[in-house]
Amino acid sequence: MSISTSKRVSKWLISGPPLLYLLIFFAIPTGMMALAAFRFPGDYGGLMPLFGTDAATGKTTLLINAQNWHDYITLDNFARFFQEPVFIELFIKSFCYAGLTTLLCLVLSYPLAWLIARSPKKWRDLLVLLVILPFWSNFLIRVYAWMIILGPQGYFAKVVNGFLGMFGVEPLQFLFTPFAVVLVLVYVHLPFMVLPLYANLEKHDMALLDAAQDLGASRWQRFWKVTWPLSLPGVYAGAALVFIPALGIFAVPDLVGGTDGIMIGNLIKQQFLDSRDWPFGSVLSIMLTLSVLIMAGLMSLLGRGGKRNAL
Amino acid sequence: MHSKQSKWLWACALLVYGFLYLPLLIVVVYSFNDSRLNAEWVGFTTHWYGVLFSDEQMLTAARNSLLIGLVSSIFATFFGTLAGLSMYKYRLRLLPVLVLTPIAIPEILMALSLLMFFVTLNFSMGYLSITVAHIAFSIGFVAIVVRSRLQGMDESLVEAARDLGASPLQAFWRVTFPLILPGIIAGALMAFTLSIDDFVITYFVAGAGASTLPLQIYSMLKIAVTPEVNAISSLLMLLTLALIMIAAKLAPGALRASH
Repeated sequence: MSISTSKRVSKWLISGPPLLYLLIFFAIPTGMMALAAFRFPGDYGGLMPLFGTDAATGKTTLLINAQNWHDYITLDNFARFFQEPVFIELFIKSFCYAGLTTLLCLVLSYPLAWLIARSPKKWRDLLVLLVILPFWSNFLIRVYAWMIILGPQGYFAKVVNGFLGMFGVEPLQFLFTPFAVVLVLVYVHLPFMVLPLYANLEKHDMALLDAAQDLGASRWQRFWKVTWPLSLPGVYAGAALVFIPALGIFAVPDLVGGTDGIMIGNLIKQQFLDSRDWPFGSVLSIMLTLSVLIMAGLMSLLGRGGKRNAL
Repeated sequence: MHSKQSKWLWACALLVYGFLYLPLLIVVVYSFNDSRLNAEWVGFTTHWYGVLFSDEQMLTAARNSLLIGLVSSIFATFFGTLAGLSMYKYRLRLLPVLVLTPIAIPEILMALSLLMFFVTLNFSMGYLSITVAHIAFSIGFVAIVVRSRLQGMDESLVEAARDLGASPLQAFWRVTFPLILPGIIAGALMAFTLSIDDFVITYFVAGAGASTLPLQIYSMLKIAVTPEVNAISSLLMLLTLALIMIAAKLAPGALRASH
């Protein structure tokens, strides 16, 4: 065996197994979902079958052909998405929740990331680890913790409502509201914002701030004219890492959102598990994927632009 | 740094750390509370841990989770290590996309496409479909850790082994493999943790009747919560903490690589 063939063999021996596994269990299912958006729902949920088995002969044949394809392929599912305002409204609402979550994460993370980046080197790893650690505990446990805190009998509700009661305000509900959804979303996504911000702020040259100070810039000016523009790539990276998973989240609104707090993920789940309308569920999934791709593209574009402006 | 400014920053940082840890602390504290409600502190008890250890359903779910975690992490480590090696050595276009996309997209998309796939193929839904799905989403995490370990490796060591007459295979097993082994183990621990923790994908591909710890916890959160959930949560946190500490010791970059 020549050297080049043996190299090619080892290349495919190494790359083949994971490639094959992910093709079968990731690429093909994803492709199936994309195609399902153009098909009709079946009589009992799922999809209208493309293959039929003849009862007499037991032969399985492809039902679709050049003449009847419009009975099997349709754009109606997409039309429905754009015609009924509820769906667009829910997308807008989910964008608002995810956007608000991103903004709050940024406000909470910035001082912390700055502090970690400026603390003595030997502490930095520990301080970063302390941010990541809660992230590794079970997702449901982290949501459950807030169900305890925000519950009607919890101390939080009692204290806030006791305070409001002094002014004659009716007691408020916290659990099962959009407020709870955004709060928990911020809680579960915070590390995704702190890490890229820290990675960026750590690299800043402190001499720039000293130079700005020597030139008479106030603390406020030093931040907005030097630190902030330099940190924009980190901000956009963090924003993408928070916004994308937050937009498609299912479990958080399901557990703490009540009826007012549902998001795209819950609608998609309803379509698949409750209405069993796979084609429309697939349309919603495609729309979610498109939203995610657009946001990711936008953030990486802005991040690159930010870097250029800063230099 | 001005001391006034730094005090203000430290206060901010402490608040954020408090925000991160207080909720988890509350879960643990209430697991020892002598009351059915997670509301007021009544008194100390280990009653809920007793309830937990005599709850057949919960114990079965825990066994299932451990088994699925074990099997799926072994396969994910195998595929993920190969993927990491391939991404480091060869410039394939498709593989990095297939490896990294499942990490980047919302979980629910992968969950539902797998649900459609299994139902369409008449694949029986249960522990097998859960395991297959867990392997699929863990491969990327293992691959990233292994690749970052390879990138930190001194390539001249392999060249030296080759110069001394080792075959490529020998050079791999004697030099590369021992050097990246901590990364592989860290990746395996991560895959195990991800599998034990996964709720969304498991929820959609489990079918009727299959139960894992997160599914069991979810149904209790939906129907009737007792501090038994706090007890199992506390134990689960302890387990995850131990695994992550080991992973962090073995491959310091592993924890950050996943983000």
